[in-house]
Amino acid sequence: MRQRTKLVLVVAVLLSIHAVVLLAGFFAPYDVEAQHRDLPFAPPMRVRFVDSNGNPHLRPFVYPWSAREGGFGEYAEDRNHPAELRFLVQGKPYTIVGLFTLRVRLFGAENGARVFLMGTDGFGRDLFSRVIYGGQISLLAGLLATAISLLLGLVLGGIAGYYGSWVDDVLMRGTELFLALPWLYLLLAIRAFLPLQVNPSQAFLLLIVVIGAIGWARPARLLRGVVLSARERDFVRAARGFGASDFYLLRRHVLPQTFGVLLTQAAILVPQYILAEVTLSFLGLGVGEPVPSWGSMLGSLQQYHVLSSYWWMFLPGLALVPYLLGYSALAAILHERVKDVFL
Amino acid sequence: MKELIFRLIKERKWITMRKRIAPIAIFLAAAVSFAVATRGQTKPAAPGTEYLVTTGEAGRAGGRLVVSLRAEPKTLNPVTATDNPSKEVIWRLMADLVHINRFSQRTEPALAKSWKVSSDGLRYTLKLRRGLRFSDGHPVSADDVLFSFQVYLDEKVHAPQRDLLIVGGKPVGIRKLDADTVVFELSQPYGVGERLFDGFAILPRHLLESAYNEGKLTQSWGLNTAPEQIAGLGPFRLKEYVAGQRLVLERNPYYWKADQKETALPYLSELVFLFVPSEDAQVIRFQAGETDVISRVNAQNFAVLAGQQQARGYAMQDIGPGLEYNFLFFNLNDLSGKSLPQLARKQAWFRDVKFRQAVSAAIDRDSIVRLVYQGRATPLWGNVTPGNKLWGNASLPHPQRSLDRARSLLQAAGFSWKGDGALVDSGGQAVEFTIVSNSSNAERMKMATIIQDDLKQLGMRVQIVALEFRALLARLFDSKDYEACVLGLGSGDADPNADMNVWLSSGPQHLWNPGQTQPATPWEADLDRLMKQQLVAQKAAERKKLYDRVQQIVAENQPMVFLVSPNVLVGAKNGLGNFHPAILDHYTLWNVEELFWRGK
Repeated sequence: MRQRTKLVLVVAVLLSIHAVVLLAGFFAPYDVEAQHRDLPFAPPMRVRFVDSNGNPHLRPFVYPWSAREGGFGEYAEDRNHPAELRFLVQGKPYTIVGLFTLRVRLFGAENGARVFLMGTDGFGRDLFSRVIYGGQISLLAGLLATAISLLLGLVLGGIAGYYGSWVDDVLMRGTELFLALPWLYLLLAIRAFLPLQVNPSQAFLLLIVVIGAIGWARPARLLRGVVLSARERDFVRAARGFGASDFYLLRRHVLPQTFGVLLTQAAILVPQYILAEVTLSFLGLGVGEPVPSWGSMLGSLQQYHVLSSYWWMFLPGLALVPYLLGYSALAAILHERVKDVFL
Repeated sequence: MKELIFRLIKERKWITMRKRIAPIAIFLAAAVSFAVATRGQTKPAAPGTEYLVTTGEAGRAGGRLVVSLRAEPKTLNPVTATDNPSKEVIWRLMADLVHINRFSQRTEPALAKSWKVSSDGLRYTLKLRRGLRFSDGHPVSADDVLFSFQVYLDEKVHAPQRDLLIVGGKPVGIRKLDADTVVFELSQPYGVGERLFDGFAILPRHLLESAYNEGKLTQSWGLNTAPEQIAGLGPFRLKEYVAGQRLVLERNPYYWKADQKETALPYLSELVFLFVPSEDAQVIRFQAGETDVISRVNAQNFAVLAGQQQARGYAMQDIGPGLEYNFLFFNLNDLSGKSLPQLARKQAWFRDVKFRQAVSAAIDRDSIVRLVYQGRATPLWGNVTPGNKLWGNASLPHPQRSLDRARSLLQAAGFSWKGDGALVDSGGQAVEFTIVSNSSNAERMKMATIIQDDLKQLGMRVQIVALEFRALLARLFDSKDYEACVLGLGSGDADPNADMNVWLSSGPQHLWNPGQTQPATPWEADLDRLMKQQLVAQKAAERKKLYDRVQQIVAENQPMVFLVSPNVLVGAKNGLGNFHPAILDHYTLWNVEELFWRGK
């Protein structure tokens, strides 16, 4: 496959899986906070086309769970009441990006039956809906933290590379210090210093700033190198010879050359930061209940009974896979292109 | 006061403390002193020793029992121990004069073979068992008893049990009548009677007196003390301590109990405590057969363990509701002098009894029982749990969850709803508050999540904040900077006096507003009066009536919105004889001297 086709394909896949998360309200059948208290830890339902008597059906359907009397978390398929799946149904109102309020949802079960494609958690909340909504926090955290890191890296790396001498020395020793710090423990320590009693959106912002501010060192070193070599190029020297100002040179000649590196770095950093958010939330330092994120959902696996009894609670981890693969594929392709440009 | 508060601290999922075990009903005081005293007839199994003969099944000697401890004990000194792991070990090494049987919840003779109460209830004459020896073989005399109580009463020692010995503002007087008779003198009648003596380990004077005279008693008997320097009257004695790993106790050959076949107890030759830091790790160890007994697992782990009990050769037991009660409470502290303006504003809601009643009416307790405890708990509407058979007020109403009732209560209190369903107070401020709880307790966090969703249906916006336990206590008792909190209390005893510090407005565990100088509300004044009356009431029925009224006042005013009482869940390997778990601490090892391995 040609490189360009590959790039288009990867970008298209990434865009579509981001769209699913962005339009969570449409794809998720239920509200993230809706507790179906009669069905805690219900296993995922199988979408069927053939019923238990072997008769094929045109529409997909599920058998609802019926809880066993007196038991907890023990369910049997209620074969007498198959529920057909309906598409583009009217559900509870939700908002898209906080702007439009809609009611239409991609799918739902008929006659008020409930469908849990990935099962439910301990409060009977639909795991499928929570995974999709949880992506909003995890992905947004990854993207915004990357933006912060790259911005800091660009500014500091640019200054170090362009001005050189003692400025360079000071800044680069700073990056070495930051690179030598143990990431996770530093994150834990910073989070411990910050106030505990914060509401979910503040906690989210804190998380992003903490992750982003810690990760600036590596991109800064990389960009410093690019700026350093760009500064010494003949056309830049020529422009300087004609009396161009520092600002003009940076804007017109130096920074545009960093663009490719910046993009590659972004593709590398985003999945790293998504994982950082997952790690922090897993350790209980992220956004609090009932707002889901992939990390906080996986956090329930710390309890032995969840780990040993309910396999579907691992599914949020599976949701990470396409995003991480997508971004690393993108990074690989971009890297190739940048190499071509530079060599 | 501070110390009392920190006695609350326990790494376990609840708070336990031995509170003021003061007067219990006369029916216990009088009946027990004769009936029980005659029950434990003494038969000499070794010459010169008056054994207490137990009623349990006669077993086989030998074998070892391995159990896990949540943390390393901090000390082996019964005078300074406040943490639970320490106490779990110490009470296998020590014994008291009169003991509360954890299973029957009644008193029974221990080191004192009998006792008499004077008719005015002011004088207790205790007769010591003859031929008693400490675990190092040194004989016991009344002087050891005098020495022990001298230590407990010494203000400089700061024994946590000391305030139990202050009756009517005066310390209990103690004197020796002869070599094995001691007399305790009280300044006012103390209905609880001989229950008073439970929890005071008799110390060996020959080992500790010099340390006491040098003022070093509180530093003695640390974990690194040589085993021969520690001696007690409990069924076991210290054999070995390996830091970070285990503590091994061996059979005390001088123990004073024997079975019906005149075999001296205990049966087990070794008792091993492994330090296993988390409940999940304890569960895994038990499942793997590395430990023999497990106490107080949560319902989810219980289900995991019960699923494999046949295959793995152990049996899990649900012994029903314990004495732990969980509740939600609001900050009703007097905040004048503190600069917490936002909180002060919210307190206007919290102080309104209708608001608290509305919250209570909206909480779905059945869901908490099912989702948090898998059905192994009981919903609560009062402070006395169903596990406490004697003291519960059966006439308390158990209203079903009703959002309509909650809404009409809120309306009557001047609240209203905006177009989007958000609840606002009469000043137009949206009702939002934060529930704190301790992060180490998954159950409380789950309860808070359910409450959050329940109250959302009333238009209240609730946030949940998990705090580390010490940080939580600092907020509750020092900075008072919290809005609402989910917590649990577990009484050490079924008697109402165990909860004295909770209901007295001056009490350090009067959680919603502790340590008041004057009762802040008329109903708190009523509680004070009733609790003090029952302390000295002479008849059991009278005390019960007073305590019923206490429960009624508490249920009406909802300073605590009661949630659920979890069942006590335990397990043991098959073949452990005389295993009779109790709902009082220590649930499984309370009769460790009688435990034995069948056919092993």
